[in-house]
Amino acid sequence: MSTRTKTTFLAALDKSPPTNDFIKGLWRENPVFVQVLGMCPVLAVSNTAENALVMGLATTFVLLMSNTLVSLLRAFIPRQVRIACYVLIIATFVTMTDYLIQAISLELHQALGAFISLIVVNCLILGRAEAFASRNTTGRSMLDALGMGLGFTFGLLCLGAVRELLGSGSLFNVVIFPDHFQEWVVMMLPAGGFFTLAIWLLIFNAAKKSKD
Amino acid sequence: MLNKTLNIAASPHITRGISIVDIMRNVVWALLPVTAFAVYAFGLGALMLLITTTFSAVLTEHVLCRINRKESTVSDWSAVITGLLLGLTLPPGLPLWMAFVGGVISIALGKFAFGGLGYNAFNPALVGRAVLQAAFPAAMTTWHPAFLSDRFSAFPAATFTLPFMEPATDGLTGATPLTVLSLATDGFTGATPLAAFKFERITTETADLALGLISGSTGETCAILIILGGIYLIARNMMNWRIPVSILSTVFVLSGIFYLTDNPIYPSPFFMLFSGGLMLGALFMATDTVGSPITPAGAWLYGVIIGLLVVVIRLWGGLPEGVMYAILLGNALSPHIDNLIRPRVYGTTTRENSHASKAFIRTIRQQPENAPGDGQHRVDLRPDHRTDLSGHTVTDSPAQGRSAGESDFQGHSGNDHKKDISD
Repeated sequence: MSTRTKTTFLAALDKSPPTNDFIKGLWRENPVFVQVLGMCPVLAVSNTAENALVMGLATTFVLLMSNTLVSLLRAFIPRQVRIACYVLIIATFVTMTDYLIQAISLELHQALGAFISLIVVNCLILGRAEAFASRNTTGRSMLDALGMGLGFTFGLLCLGAVRELLGSGSLFNVVIFPDHFQEWVVMMLPAGGFFTLAIWLLIFNAAKKSKD
Repeated sequence: MLNKTLNIAASPHITRGISIVDIMRNVVWALLPVTAFAVYAFGLGALMLLITTTFSAVLTEHVLCRINRKESTVSDWSAVITGLLLGLTLPPGLPLWMAFVGGVISIALGKFAFGGLGYNAFNPALVGRAVLQAAFPAAMTTWHPAFLSDRFSAFPAATFTLPFMEPATDGLTGATPLTVLSLATDGFTGATPLAAFKFERITTETADLALGLISGSTGETCAILIILGGIYLIARNMMNWRIPVSILSTVFVLSGIFYLTDNPIYPSPFFMLFSGGLMLGALFMATDTVGSPITPAGAWLYGVIIGLLVVVIRLWGGLPEGVMYAILLGNALSPHIDNLIRPRVYGTTTRENSHASKAFIRTIRQQPENAPGDGQHRVDLRPDHRTDLSGHTVTDSPAQGRSAGESDFQGHSGNDHKKDISD
């Protein structure tokens, strides 16, 4: 994000009511469909709805905690080393999430693979820390993190649901189609992720265009 | 005062009296013998398959045009060709719902996502087939036998599979060792010759391959009819003959070289030439005027690349057939080939002094306001009314956006010509 858009964007935000901080991440500035941020996990672990949900919630948790901490510490973090500080904060919570998921379900942890650790480099989280939490009050930062995190989860779920439904005929591991369902192998492959994302982006852009 | 307004337009300035519709209709005619033979060889299943793909392609084109609030382009026949070509590349016993999905993907993803006719970087029918191949690998490699006695009274078991359901098998399909054994004698079996060779080292008689007495995709079996269709289009100057010639000769020469090494894993060049989708691909898919280079030298290079890829995939790849991927890769490369090989614009450079001319062009490019100093090539380069060196008046705007300077001297390369013709 360039400096100019960032400042105008912030100026617009400051006038808006606090509930807007929460709502905007869900729809108007949805991280997946509008900002197209953090595409690595969106494409990689959206092959089933369950993976997508866990990934989305893990990201939401890290986002919420890091946004809170960054906004609490924003007066103390020197401007010159702020990125390093943010990454340190984010990495702490990512490590916690990593262990947490491993403790709850080893199977899920293995399914998500390295992508849990890779939340640390998710540009959505660093982006919110830099663009929002470092200049706003803790309450607003938390609302922003929740909105963005849930918007991200929503985006992941949109992809995961379609891919699981077509790729294995089930949703959240519940079999939807009757026996002899023909699985669309491509939906489980990375290519299917790109196709699904493209179709969702098309739908969202068309919806936005018709609204304008 | 002049009464007339000067008409300034982008090239091409000279057009033939042939429209898109003419070319497309002729392609359909060229494909009709192939289609008829496919129906004759595979019966009702193939007929339904071809009708389904054509219908779904045309329907998708119409619906997408309506959604975009444009005039429907169905009447230019290009969607018919896409649908027909897709049907001809699919296995004859494929469930119709998969064929329908393939037609939708061909037009929506292969054509409209890029901007419609004239902008499709890849052959739309092959895009549809590639997605189907990736989505349903099992169904796409289940080959229905040709020339079954009941082919005009019964449908293949899988044809009327309910949407999203797995196709049923009727015991006739598939390359079981037994059916493959009989392939050498009569060729009336479910395995394609390429698969039989790849996995069982069984070759098929070249005559059977050329006449289409084999199993395979719906329209790829009878090489002779495909060649006849191609010759018709070439004779009417509606197909770039260099592309099929270079693809086929590359495949023939390369596989001939390997065949001479006497290693049993390499089939004879005639087998390579007449088996699989090579003929159909080389004549009707690779020659898609949008996805192939425009210069003669570019067309040769494009054909050589595709031929090379076909040989590499067939001989050393995991799949028995690679024409589809070879052509799609060739399509992807063709804009780069067009950038690499550019026609010499009349009057700019000659072979003798090309170095000097390039240096000259470089000089005037650095000082566009001044006339060049060497006196020989005096050209008016003032931006308001610039004349390009072939004598056409060029408006200034299209050139400004380009980064590398050379494009001005090429006239308008590429895309403008390509809008005329496709598929």
